[in-house]
Parts: sequence; structure tokens; C-alpha cells
Amino acid sequence: MFQIRVHGRGGQGVVTAAEMLSVAAFEEGRHAQAFPSFGSERTGAPVVAFCRISGREIRLREPIMEPDAIIVQDPTLLSQIDVFAGMKADGYVLLNSRHSFETLGLADLLKDRNAARFCTLPATELGLKHVGRPIPNVPLLAGFAALSGTIQLDSVIKAINEKFSGKVALGNIAAAEEAYLLVLAKMKEIADA
Amino acid sequence: MLKQTEGSKAVAEAVALCRPEVICAYPISPQTHIVEALGEMVKSGSLTPCEFINVESEFAAMSVAIGASAAGARSYTATASQGLLFMAEAVYNASGLGLPIVMTVANRAIGAPINIWNDHSDSLSQRDSGWMQLFAETNQEALDLHIQAFRLAEELSMPIMVCMDGFILTHAFERVDMPSQEQVDSYLPRFEPRQVLDPAEPVSIGAMVGPEAFMEVRYLAHAKQMQALERIPQLSAQFKEIFGRDSGGLVRTYRTEDAETIIIAMGSVLGTIKDTVDEMRAEGHKIGVLGIISYRPFPLEQVKAALINCRRFVVLEKSLAVGMGGIVATDVRMAVTGTGLKGYTAIAGLGGRPITKASLHQLFRQAELDELPQVTFLDLDWDAVNKQLERERKTRRSGPAAENILHDKGLVSAKFG
Repeated sequence: MFQIRVHGRGGQGVVTAAEMLSVAAFEEGRHAQAFPSFGSERTGAPVVAFCRISGREIRLREPIMEPDAIIVQDPTLLSQIDVFAGMKADGYVLLNSRHSFETLGLADLLKDRNAARFCTLPATELGLKHVGRPIPNVPLLAGFAALSGTIQLDSVIKAINEKFSGKVALGNIAAAEEAYLLVLAKMKEIADA
Repeated sequence: MLKQTEGSKAVAEAVALCRPEVICAYPISPQTHIVEALGEMVKSGSLTPCEFINVESEFAAMSVAIGASAAGARSYTATASQGLLFMAEAVYNASGLGLPIVMTVANRAIGAPINIWNDHSDSLSQRDSGWMQLFAETNQEALDLHIQAFRLAEELSMPIMVCMDGFILTHAFERVDMPSQEQVDSYLPRFEPRQVLDPAEPVSIGAMVGPEAFMEVRYLAHAKQMQALERIPQLSAQFKEIFGRDSGGLVRTYRTEDAETIIIAMGSVLGTIKDTVDEMRAEGHKIGVLGIISYRPFPLEQVKAALINCRRFVVLEKSLAVGMGGIVATDVRMAVTGTGLKGYTAIAGLGGRPITKASLHQLFRQAELDELPQVTFLDLDWDAVNKQLERERKTRRSGPAAENILHDKGLVSAKFG
């Protein structure tokens, strides 16, 4: 079972991100379970959502305390809560930021870890560019597909088409495709370094 | 058809497939998504003929459901927590009048302190209301139980609550197999009311009944639920014939063969318990699970039969009888009267506190060693409790307990300065 935790703020589509991730996994014939952290949903308040993906039925209902992957939709959370709590030693981290982990003062996080599993992505900018709104969730899902290979970009696009239609769907798909390529390029840089 | 969807949406679709004619609702978390989705279906015309009535309170929601059902319409509503309490008088009326209303309870704690998260306090507070109560383990079972509930309610002319864990199920996206309209139509016949307000054949419903007949009417409600004990397994079997899967029934056992310790629970926590039990089985522990689906009527015989060969059982429940201990545990102990079985009660998950595998491992291992007290409060923060008790001993004006504990935990500051 692969477990993903998504951190963000109310209004950033955190819960939607986890739900779409579960739909993407379902499209691949896998079992998936997405659920919110059930906090009071206020715009701007820290929000957590979870997604489990597995080859068989998922019965577990506890929150994800030891994630295989963490997606952070808002870098300002880093000074507020320990978004990396419980992360597995070989876990993936995808962070919404224009800056690198080093610039953000997170070099320690990468210590003794596989750098190829860490990536930052300017997801808010991609949302603005393609959808006209600063919502980073869809680009991050596509970036996560590139980073982890846990789901395919095609499945993310299917989930986008299930959730949105018309212009919004097209914009999100364009954002997803660019995000996917950006993360692939960054990973190649790391691999070549 | 398989689909990945939210529990609330899945239930709304299943309810729509049951062709309800009147839906009345007042929004309250975590039930709201269900009636919102149904409201959209009625408005778009995809659910027709059906009248969706927005009411001004939960009391009105149940009152309208009573009126609609008495007029011969298949009637549905949904609620949770304080909403269920607010409609309580009408809840008793619906069952006292023998009206087959189906209501989803998206289980949520009862305040104060106000809390929107999941436990079973709300529907269990209506334990003796005369409504049947079925508890879903998964979203698949939640939607399946609604289809079975309309059939059972209308056969017996008694109302049913389908209980599903608020947020944990209602807000979870998972895979469900949505039945077709043809399947549901072949399982659920048209509603033939036992009693109906019909101008052509006038009757009065709701007469005042004195001591000469009241006990008989109340006994009949009990007799109906005893009939339901017979019908629930049959309806579950018929459901399997048409829909091809096990859903519903009175109780469900898991790995209880040769089990020395059996864990008993209701609702979605059964999944986490089963995963824990699998891990313990792999280490050689003889442990199994008994899930209770039908809380009312309570299947005394089936519970006893499932437990009779074990050495001890633990009732893990998301409810608390303040001043006594467990609520479900009391019924389970009644079921095993005279068997000499050791029984423990674990109160867990109140107000949405996560029930983790790690805590369950510890609890179950203690149970195996018979080291549990009669009543355990899983993951209770004793420091926080003792600090408040100490505060109350020392100071008369010790202040509001909930705010004090939040303050101690550094979550919010209740006091200024």
C-alpha cells in the first residue's frame, strides 16, 4: 500500500487533490481511498487530506501517520506545522515553490535521503498561467506522477476530465502536462548531477 | 457499475434508485452532501416523480416525513448529531405510528462541547425509539443497506436508520459498485402502505391511547423488531442473489474460528480492527472479529453463537453511557448471560479521535493477557484529565472544563491576559 499525505490551506483544493488522486488510481484498476482530515474547513486554515493506493481492498481507516509521499501545497505551512512528520526514510516530497529546498532552508531534510525523491514545483504559477487561478493542486498531482511514478499522467488527465469540463478542464490539463515535464526535467538534472 | 466516488454521493445515488417520492431535509454536517446531491437530482429532473422539501428544522424534516409517509409516499430524510436530537419527539412518533421512513444518520458526536466529528452517540441515543438501526462498515455497505432498508421498513411498516460513520465514510472517496435501476426495481417492490390517509377511505392516524391499549401497541413495535430478526438475514440473502455480494445481515464474523479473543464493534472501525487482527494472526495470536450490523433489533442469539467458543471478548465502541460504561457492551453481555465468558469494554474514538492500529495492537494484547480493566478508555490523555480534576479540587471557580483542557494542550487560549 502506498500512502500519500497532502498539506495545504483551505481554498487550495487540498481535499480535491486527494480525491482526484484516488480517482486517477481507480482509473488504473487499483483500489484507492481518499479522505480529509475533518478539520473545520476555513479559507486559509491548515488542511490535511489523505490518499491510500493499493492492489487490494483498503480497510484501514486511521489517518496516515507514516506517509510514503508528502505533497505540500503551501510552503508557508513549513514554519507553522511539521508537515514532514512521520515520513518514511525513502519517502517522496513534492513542494509547491519556485525555490529549491536549499533556498527554503530545508537542506537538512534532504540529509541522508535520496535527493531524487525530492522536488519543488512552481505549481501556483502554473495554475495562474493555465487556469487563471492560483490553485496549485492539479499541477502538483501531475508533478507527483512524474516524481514517483506511482500513477500515470494519463490517469491524472482522466481524473481532471471527470472533475472539470470545458475550458477549465483544458486549462488544468495544460497545467498538468507542463508540471509533469518540469518535474521530469528537474529529476534528470538531479540524476545527471 | 464500479466507480470511485464520495460516500455521501454513493448513498444519494442509491437512495435515488429506490425511487423515493418525498425527501425532506435540513442540512447538518456530516450528512449535508447526501441531501445536497439528492436535491440536485430532483431539481435536474433525473429523480422524478419526487418532491424535495426544504424545511426549517430537523423537527420539521421528520414531521414532514411522517405526513408524507402517512399519505402513502416513500419517504426519506437524513440527519446527524444535534439534528437527530432536535427531531427526537418526531422520531418516536414515526415509529409509534408504524411509518416506514428511511433515514440516514451520518454518525457524529453530541455536544457540548460542540464537535462535528464521528462517534456513535447520536443514533445510540435513539436506541429505544422503536426505529431499527443498521450500521455500515464501508461505503459499499452503506449504499446497499439503504436499498435493503426500504424493503424491510415497508414490509414491517416500521422506520429504519441506516447509520454510517460521519466523515470517515460520508466524506471518503472509495470504490463502490453502483447497482442498476433494474436490479433495484427487481429487489424493491412498489410501496404498498399498510395504512394510508386516503380521502376515499378516511381513517385517523395518531389516536390518543390510554392504559387499556398502550402496552399492546408498544409490544407490537417490539414484535415487529423480533420479526425483523428473521427477515434481515433473508433479505440479505435475496440481496446477494440479485446484486451478487454479501451486504447487511445481523452480524458478520471474521477469523473467529478457533479464536480465543473476539473483538466486537460496529461501523467503519471494523476495517482497522480486521487489519490489526490479520497482523496478529500472522504472529500466531488466536483472535477474531464480530461485526454487529443490526444494532436494533439486537441479535442476542447470533452474538451468543459467535462468542460461545471464545475465552474472552472486547466490545470496542464509539459511545459512552456516562456513569455506567459501554452501551453496546451492555447488550453483548446480555447476550452471553450465563456463559461465564470474560468481557471487556473499550470506549474509543469519541468525538473523532483516531482509532489507530498501534493502539488496537496494545489493547488487544492486554485483553489476551486478561490485563484489561472492565472499562478502558482508549488513548485517553490521563494527564489532561488529572490536571483538570486537580484544578477543580483546588479552586471553586475552576472555569469551563473544555476550554481549560484546550488551553492546557496549547490549542487555543480561552482566557485573555
